[in-house]
Parts: sequence; C-alpha cells; structure tokens
Amino acid sequence: MWRYFTPAIAFLLLGALFAVALVRIENGTMDPRAIKSPLLGKAAPTFVLPTVTEPSRPFDSAVLKGHPYVINVWGTWCPACREEHSALLVIARRAGIPFIGIDWKDDRQQAQQYLGQLGNPYTETVADDEGRVAIDWGVYGAPETFLVGADGQVLVKFAGALTEAIWAEKFAPFVQGGG
Amino acid sequence: MIPEIGTLALLIALVLAVLQSVFGLVGAHRNDAVWMRATSSSTVAVFLFVLLAFIVLAYGFVVHDYSIEYVAHNSNNELPLIYRIAAVWGAHEGSLLLWVLILSTWALLVSRLSKGLPDVFRTRVLGTLGLVGVGFLAFTTLTSSPFTRLLPAPLDGADLNPILQDPALAAHPPMLYMGYVGTSVAFAFAVAAMLSGRMDASWSRWTRPWTVAAWMCLTLGISLGSWWAYYVLGWGGWWFWDPVENASFMPWLASTALIHSLAVTEKRGLFRNWTLLLAIFAFSLSLLGTFLVRSGVLVSVHSFAADPSRGLFVLGLLLFFIVGSLTLYAIRAPSLQSEGGFAPVSRESFLLLNNALLVAAAGLILLGTLWPLVMDSFNLGKISVGPPYFNTVFLVPTLPLVALVGVGMHSTWKRASYASKGRPLALMAIIGLVLGALVAFVCYGRYGLPLTIIGFGGGFFLMASALWQPLARLVRRQAQPRAALGMAVAHFGIGLFVIGVSGVASYKIEKDVSMGPGDTATIAGYTFRFESSKDVVGPNYLAREAQVAITRDGAPVAALTTQKRQFKIQNNPTTHAGIDVAWNRDLFVALGDELGAGKWSLRLQYKPLVRYIWLGGVFCALGGLIAILDRRYRGGIVEPVHPTDTETAAATGEG
Amino acid sequence: MMKSPVSAVATALLIGWVGTAGAIDPSAAFADPALQARYEHLTNELRCLVCQNQTIADSNASLAGDLRREVREMIARGDTEAQIKDFLTARYGDFVLYDPPLSARTLFLWAAPGLFVLLTVGVVVRTVIRRARQPIDADDSEESA
Repeated sequence: MWRYFTPAIAFLLLGALFAVALVRIENGTMDPRAIKSPLLGKAAPTFVLPTVTEPSRPFDSAVLKGHPYVINVWGTWCPACREEHSALLVIARRAGIPFIGIDWKDDRQQAQQYLGQLGNPYTETVADDEGRVAIDWGVYGAPETFLVGADGQVLVKFAGALTEAIWAEKFAPFVQGGG
Repeated sequence: MIPEIGTLALLIALVLAVLQSVFGLVGAHRNDAVWMRATSSSTVAVFLFVLLAFIVLAYGFVVHDYSIEYVAHNSNNELPLIYRIAAVWGAHEGSLLLWVLILSTWALLVSRLSKGLPDVFRTRVLGTLGLVGVGFLAFTTLTSSPFTRLLPAPLDGADLNPILQDPALAAHPPMLYMGYVGTSVAFAFAVAAMLSGRMDASWSRWTRPWTVAAWMCLTLGISLGSWWAYYVLGWGGWWFWDPVENASFMPWLASTALIHSLAVTEKRGLFRNWTLLLAIFAFSLSLLGTFLVRSGVLVSVHSFAADPSRGLFVLGLLLFFIVGSLTLYAIRAPSLQSEGGFAPVSRESFLLLNNALLVAAAGLILLGTLWPLVMDSFNLGKISVGPPYFNTVFLVPTLPLVALVGVGMHSTWKRASYASKGRPLALMAIIGLVLGALVAFVCYGRYGLPLTIIGFGGGFFLMASALWQPLARLVRRQAQPRAALGMAVAHFGIGLFVIGVSGVASYKIEKDVSMGPGDTATIAGYTFRFESSKDVVGPNYLAREAQVAITRDGAPVAALTTQKRQFKIQNNPTTHAGIDVAWNRDLFVALGDELGAGKWSLRLQYKPLVRYIWLGGVFCALGGLIAILDRRYRGGIVEPVHPTDTETAAATGEG
Repeated sequence: MMKSPVSAVATALLIGWVGTAGAIDPSAAFADPALQARYEHLTNELRCLVCQNQTIADSNASLAGDLRREVREMIARGDTEAQIKDFLTARYGDFVLYDPPLSARTLFLWAAPGLFVLLTVGVVVRTVIRRARQPIDADDSEESA
C-alpha cells in the first residue's frame, strides 16, 4: 500500500530541496553564480607588477608580509567598480591597513585619470595588463575584494560592489580594531 | 487605457478559469448537465480573454507603447515588426502569457474536438485543465503582469535581446510551449481517470492522440531550438546540455515513454498504473522546467531574470499539482491493478524495456542537472556537471535502446516469435555495421571515435528495420495502417538522428583562423578564401560583413557571407554564420573580431551529416502526425479493436 | 548610456546572456596535432567563470581568453592534463571543471548510470517474470473493457 506513495514522497523531497535553495538565495546565504574561492585559508598569491602611477617602479607583494592587507581588483571599464568607489574611499580611510588595487586589464592613462577624478583609496595600485595575477587570485569578475591576514592567509573574499555594510559584516571582524 | 484592458482581460480570464475548474470538477462529480455545459462555455471564454490580453500586449509592441514597462524593456523604435511580435514572448512576463494562451488553446481544442468523449469525462479533463489555468493565471497577474505601467513613458525602448532577433527564434518558443504545455492534456486525462476510478481501453485511445500531438510539437520545438543554437550562437554546436535544454528534454523523454506505455494500456489493458504515473511525470517535468528556468536556482545561458519570490510561487504550483496528483495516484493505483500475462519475448516486454531505459535516461539528466544545486544548497561545494558527463552517461541507457527499438518493432502482442524474422534482422544488423565501417573508412578515411561504427551501424540497422514492414506491405500491395506507418517513420527518424550525431561527433572539423582579403585556409579538402569585407547598416544594428568563397580542387563550391552585428542599444554583438548546406555536410563560416592590419578572426567548420540531426526530428514529428491520423482516433468512441490473431495485432500495432 | 530604470533590467537580463557570440580563437595552432587536440579537448571541458554555462573554448569573455592562453602555455611547456586541471582548481575550485572529477561528492553522480539502468531494468525483469506466470490468452475481456 505505502509503496504507491513513493513517487509523491520523492517529489516532496525534491520540493524541499528547491525550497531550501530558494530560501537561501532569498536571504543571501547562497548565490548560484558566486564561486567560493579555494584560496580561503591558504597562503595569498604573491606578485610583482608595475604600478599604475609610475610604470617604471615595480611593486613586490613581499613588502606586505607580516601585515594584514586588502586586495581590490578593479578596472575603469567596470561599472560596478565605479559604483563601489565612494564606499571604498571611506572604508580604506577607516580601516587603517594597506589597500592594494589591482587594475585588471586596463588602460594606464584612463586608470590614472579615474583615480584623479574620483579619489584614490589605494595605498598602491598595480597594473595587471595580462590578467595573470588575477588568475592566480581566482578572479572571475570585477570588482573583487580580498582580505589577507598578518600570517599571509586569505581570510575573506567578496565578489561584487562593496558597501560599508558588507565591509562591516564580512571584513571588519577580521581586522584589528574592527576597521 | 489599452494596457488596462489587458490587465482586466487577464483578471476576467482568471475568474473564468476558476469557474471552469469548479464547474468542471464539481459538475462532473454531481453529474449536473447544466454545470457540465457551463464548463465548456467557460473554457471557450477563458481562451478568448487570454487571447485578448495577448493581442493587447502584441498591439503595445506594434505601436511602441513604452508606457508598458515590458514593451519598454524589450522593444525599440527601430526593431522590425516581426521581432516586435516575437518580442511578446522574448522575456519572462510575455512568455508566461504565451504559456497561458497555449494552455487555454489546448483546453479549447479538447472541448471542441472531443465530442465523442463521455460528457462526465470530458468535463473532468476540462476542469483539471482549468485548475492548471487558475494557477498560471494567478502567477501571471500576481507576480508577473506584462501590463505594468512605466510612467513617465520613455521615448524609446531598451530593445529586444539581439540573439532573440532571428526568424527561428520567433517560431521556437511557441512550438516548444505547445509541446511543453501540451503535456498538461495527458495529465488532465490521467487526473480525470483517477477521479472517476475508471480506466479502460477507451481511456488510452482518447489520451493517445493528444499525447502524440503534444509530443510532436515538443519534438519540433526542441529541434528548432537546437538548429537555432547551431547557427545563431555562431559556435556550431547543436546541443549543450544546458539546464534549459535539459528542462525541455526531460518531458520529451517522459512523453516518449508515455506514448509507448499507452500502446500497451490500449491494446492489453496492462501497465495502467505505470501509464498514469508517466502522464503525471511528463507534466511534472514540464512544470519543473518552468520552475528551473524562472526561479534563478540554476545558472543557465537562457534563463530569465532571476527572482526567488516568483520561484516560490512556481514551487507552490509545482508541489500542488505534482504532489496532489501523485497522492491521488497513491489512493487510486491499488484498485487499478490489472491482470494479464505475456511471454518474456513479446511486444509488452519490449515496450516495458523501452520505458525503463527512457525513464533511466530522464532520471540521469535530472540528476546531472540538479546535482550542483544539491551540493550548493547543503554547502558541499560548487561543482559543475556539463557536456562531458552527459555525453558519456546518456549513452548507457540509450545505446541499448537503439538496438532494442530495431528488434522490438517486429514483435507481436502477448507472445512474439522471431523464427521468421530473426535471420533478416540479424542480416540487417550485420549489413548496418559493415555499411557503418565502410562509411567511416571510405568516406572519412579513419575510425573516428570508439563508438563511431556502432553509431553508424545502429542508425542504419534502425532505418532498415523501420522500412522493412512498410516496404513489404508496399510490395504485397497491402494497405498501410496509419499507426504502423507512423511508428515506422518516427523510428526511421531516430535512425537518421543517430547517424547525424555519429557523423558530426566523429568527423567534425573546426578551425579558427586569422584572415585578410585574399587569404585562404583549407579544412577537409575545402579551401576557404576571404574575398572582401564591408560595413552593412541594419535596421537596429551595424554589421561587418565578410564574403568567403569556398572551392574544392579548384572548382567553386559556394560563396558565403557572414556578419558580425553590433546592436545599437544593447551593445551586444551577435554572429550570423554563413552556412553552405549539402546532403552530406555543412560548411560553416563565422566572423569574429577585427585583429588589425585588415585581418579578421574567422571560425571555419566542416560538419558532416549534421542536417540529419534535425531531419531526424522532423521525421519523428511526421511519424507522430501520421499516427494521429489513424482511423481509430476519429470520431471519439470507436469500436474497440479486437485483434483476432497476433498477426493483425502486429499490423495495427505500434510502439 | 540608457535611461536608468530601463538599463537596470536590461543589465539584469543581459547577465544571463553576456558573451553569447561565440569566441573565435585565431592564435596559431600547435604544430603538433596531438598537442592541438589536447588543447581543444581541455578548453572544451573547462567552464568559463564569467559568462558561465559556456566552455572557455566557446566563451568570448576576456577572462576566457586569458585562461585559453594559460592552458596553451602550459601545454606547450609539456604539462599534463592533470597538472593543468590542478592549476585551475587551485584557483577556481571544481566549478571550473565541466567533467566533475570522481570524489565523495560525485560518487553517486558517477554511479547513477549503472544504478538507474540496473534498477529500472530490474523492475522490468521482475514484472516480466510475474506476467509470464499469468495466463496469457485468457484476458481478452481486458481489451474490450
């Protein structure tokens, strides 16, 4: 007798799966498009790249060793970067740790102009013209923001336009003094 | 005020659909003649009001009424008229309206063309369809009204997504939805049977033509979609195992199984429970597809703007209809058990095996489509399940199926003997394999993939086996029963499809090249010469057009043009490939980017036998059409067929 | 560029379709056809992370181009398929592989073809055995019911 209920129960289970997925998407704990970074808890990738302001002077990420820092991947071609820029200025000023901008596959002159006009939140801005460093960081879209701890491990990754609220929720708990 | 007429029409349609379901389900229960007549009238009225809403929306597109948000988002002053009409179903809200329109069209057809059905039964079917209509009309009006105003109205619209601006795509969604939504008819027949607790041979005979009709539309719709993806997306593939494609393919597999299972239920009165279950499954998988495409739980190339609140609504509908009908099934199924035997080698066994493999195939696609979602939902990590998985696992159930179809077609009810047929069939299989090997080595000069010769051989065997009986009847100057002929044509189509897939998978050649005027490149013996390129101005796009001449051994073969279009508003490039079609191959040129110094990137492709993939689909649909035209489906309550012996059963049989 | 309410939805819709024009990759083919075949095989099994639901061979996205270049260089350097896949999964996770590798998470997925076919065919065999025991010709009433 009960075996006739098997299909109904199977579909109920399927429905439960969909309900879980929908609720989690709705409350923001799951995003089908987001890719969880395998770098979390691993050593941050190192890089040497020319800076945007002075292309002749390379920047070596080794100098950041022993300090917490933020990596923000951006480009002048990216509308969401423009969107997060004003928030980034505030966050970087308050956080009190180095903010390294990786200008991803961009035009140097436009990048300088962009930072000149909108303000420069970055301690250093490096140019990743070929996108190789971005691949090392597992970047799949701009903007993306990483927090690296003093021990050199990647603590947080956020993909999308940063806001002060997101910073306070996801990043600040890991920054000494709460940022 | 015109858009408000649309809103009002949808609301009236919703109220009428409520009446249709109440009159239908309660009226049939009370056996009230007045209520039952009212069901038919409200079915017609629902159709008319949904049609009115549809016309209002189409009119909004035609006259550029950008005060309708949906029109503003999906049209543009420069969009040609044909695409303004196709834009009606170019995004979520409008395509949902099309969904509802097609549902009410099926209901109208059932009420008009089923005069021969007992009143109570027809009324129950219409009542069930009315209930589905209530669900989707409520979904449309409450969460997805296409008539929402945008004030102040913009002067111009955001344009239709460029890749939808194509003739095949204007036809693909309506055809696909006819099939998708058409599964609701078999579902309604199943629900009506379960409500009445009676399910006899005539039930199967009533259900079959509707199921086959929906299946035909689904077959054509999927084929059109595949063909469109092949030439519009510019990358020359014909199937990508994208969740949306899978969403249309699963109901197809279930409907195919249902058609075959209905044959057994009609002829032998067996497998009734299984047939009911398949009818529910086919519709459930359609609803599931609707859910997957519109809820945003899966990432897809074709998905609509994701919206979890809409997702919850569709999920509610999904659970109501599926779990509701499956519960009804659980209650009724024990009393519908049928008795009757058949020998291990018989048509029944073959059809059962066909059902098992088709359901296993559908289950695998469902699993592969949903597995990443399962992982993600329970924080087990992000994984991808793509073509490498599906291409491999899909063969596990379908490869034996090809062989089984070829043999099983010639079986007879109750007890089949292959004493006289075994030898010719074995001969056909051997000749098929030899022919397959010949095609591989003589035409293409190499072995190909591990399964190439099996694929060709299976395809040839299937085609020969399908043609055998119709040809034999032709020689003996016997009449061709339409149902048997339809079956042969559809199976012949599967054979064509298998050959097409084997050919293109084994011997396709793709080459990306950089070319300027005068440059040549050669693939598969064809020399492509880049002649010239020029700028072209379209109604709402600018394009670069390249002329490419193809020669073989110095003799001209074709002159192709290919365009890369840049649409003015959406700023999204599309590629329009140049394709030269011949019976045995396509030559395909797609223009890429300008590389500087007068050079362009081009993709050149040689696609052997690719046309047989879609031609196979057309043959399948044609087979369905022939089968529907069988005499015994005309005029409703027909005298049941009494096979006097196994031979006549085979002659009228199908499977 | 566009009126803002319109552009918001247009963008939302666009996300699903970005990069649908196929990528054409005219960089010189490997002289060795075996290497070229390996390159084509790999790029057709790697998922583009920007547009998603396209392979990096098909995607027109800039990142897909970068990844193709990365794969090309690794193949030229003589890296094995496993090394290249490890390189990418270390950065993007298993999401990048369209061919899900066998692990505890995918065990059921890969066992399913065998399981499903055994299960459904098993049901058929059971039914056929049961039906073969029933009287075969005594049920003509069923047909005219």
